[in-house]
Amino acid sequence: MQKDLIVSIKDLAFGYAERQIHKKINMNFHRGKVVAIMGGSGCGKTTILRLIGGQIKPSSGYVEVDGQIVHKQGRKGIYELRRKMGMLFQHGALFSDLSVFENVAFPIREHTNLSEEIIKDLVLMKLNAVGLRGANQLMPTELSGGMARRVALARAVALDPDIIMYDEPFAGLDPISMGVICDLIRTLNDALGATSIIVTHDVTETFAFADYIYFIADGIVAAEGSPSDLKKSQLPFVKQFVHSQKDGPVPFHYQANDYSQDLRL
Amino acid sequence: MLDFFEKIGGTIRSKITRLGAATRLFFSIISYSSDSFKRFNLTIREIYFTGVLSLVIIVVSAFFVGMVLGLQGYYTLQKYGSSEAIGVLVALALVRELGPVVTALLFAGRAGTAITAEIGLMKATEQLSAMEMMAVSPVARIVAPRFWAGIITMPLLASIFSMVGVLGGYVVAVPLIGVDEGAFWSQMQANVDFNYDIVNGFIKSVVFGIACTIIALFEGYDAPPTAEGVSRATTRTVVTSSLAVLGLDFVLTSFMLTV
Repeated sequence: MQKDLIVSIKDLAFGYAERQIHKKINMNFHRGKVVAIMGGSGCGKTTILRLIGGQIKPSSGYVEVDGQIVHKQGRKGIYELRRKMGMLFQHGALFSDLSVFENVAFPIREHTNLSEEIIKDLVLMKLNAVGLRGANQLMPTELSGGMARRVALARAVALDPDIIMYDEPFAGLDPISMGVICDLIRTLNDALGATSIIVTHDVTETFAFADYIYFIADGIVAAEGSPSDLKKSQLPFVKQFVHSQKDGPVPFHYQANDYSQDLRL
Repeated sequence: MLDFFEKIGGTIRSKITRLGAATRLFFSIISYSSDSFKRFNLTIREIYFTGVLSLVIIVVSAFFVGMVLGLQGYYTLQKYGSSEAIGVLVALALVRELGPVVTALLFAGRAGTAITAEIGLMKATEQLSAMEMMAVSPVARIVAPRFWAGIITMPLLASIFSMVGVLGGYVVAVPLIGVDEGAFWSQMQANVDFNYDIVNGFIKSVVFGIACTIIALFEGYDAPPTAEGVSRATTRTVVTSSLAVLGLDFVLTSFMLTV
């Protein structure tokens, strides 16, 4: 594994009994970069994050995180690796019985023996970074979608992880919140010297700030490159995706019988 | 015809698979229990939610059950001229059977459903996954404290049920019907055996506590992460727990009466 590589996916295949999701995926994530994984709904983008986090095991191939093959680790090894990771879930996944402050303090309390005063300072600093220091006593139910996502982001970076994973960070957000999240992803990544892996299908936002992009289609990496390279790409799938074309290699119609036959014409 | 057998086979197989998964969860809880004992405040918090908040339903039900036992018991006993034995009847019925069994049924309906719905919703909203990704085991942090809270709570609730039930019986028998107060208490004291009656009732309530709590936890942990999945899991908690309690009660009683 190259020294500046933090995550590497090699010949990865994964599927359930009834459906093969990934056939052969190869990806590399370099330290300090913001890398996006894009593709249509259901193409297995989130599954890649779960494979990196060791929540599921590949059927062949492997994911290597910081020189360790994830699926070969025992429970202890996996937990050691996960301490280097932070993950932002699609809807935040904040603990609904804990306040904003306690949510961000949760990983710090679980993994360190820091004094209450230091925990308080750390939590307020993390919340300040996402602009929500003033909301520290609110409960998750009192937050808007965008605020919840920002609190979850503060929680994900509470232990200054090497890798930050984002699962659909822009889904369901208004344009202002979306801009805030985009900005935070870039700023936090650069401030922490971390590597960000973003799973998304929002083209405009991602192309504006990502360093490198992987496109997944039909279980393989269909295209990869910097945003400027991909904008110029002539590959039909990339063109359809980047320019939001209704029909193309990804058909508008789900596979069906002949239309006239279905209408008994 | 083949379809029919296939369906039966499929159902049996899925039940056995679920039983296996529940057993695995049980052993996983045991293996993580030392972690949750180290942070006993989590278990105490759950004792409050499952135990203290169930007190109202337990106390009110117990009082009524005791009063009904007093009425029914007096009606039958007076035919044989032994209405003073009403205290023994009420106490034995409560300590041996009704205390543990009714408490377990109420526990399944009040606390069991809450546990299943809470864990099921935590799963549906990815809170359990988030915990996993933070390198914190949900079994150690969420499941094990609830398990131990259930086991600690059930015998306590059953004892309270029996005590309040006896008071209910007393209220009906002594002030209302006029049974002699001395006979009521002295016969009870003479005929209720600590080892044979009270300890056996205690053992029953511990076993019911394990059964009801593990069922509620497993149903929540195994629930499909959808609104429908959680609602079905909650219903299954009540049905399975009630049947398990009644079945186990028969098995335990037969052992206790033969020993």
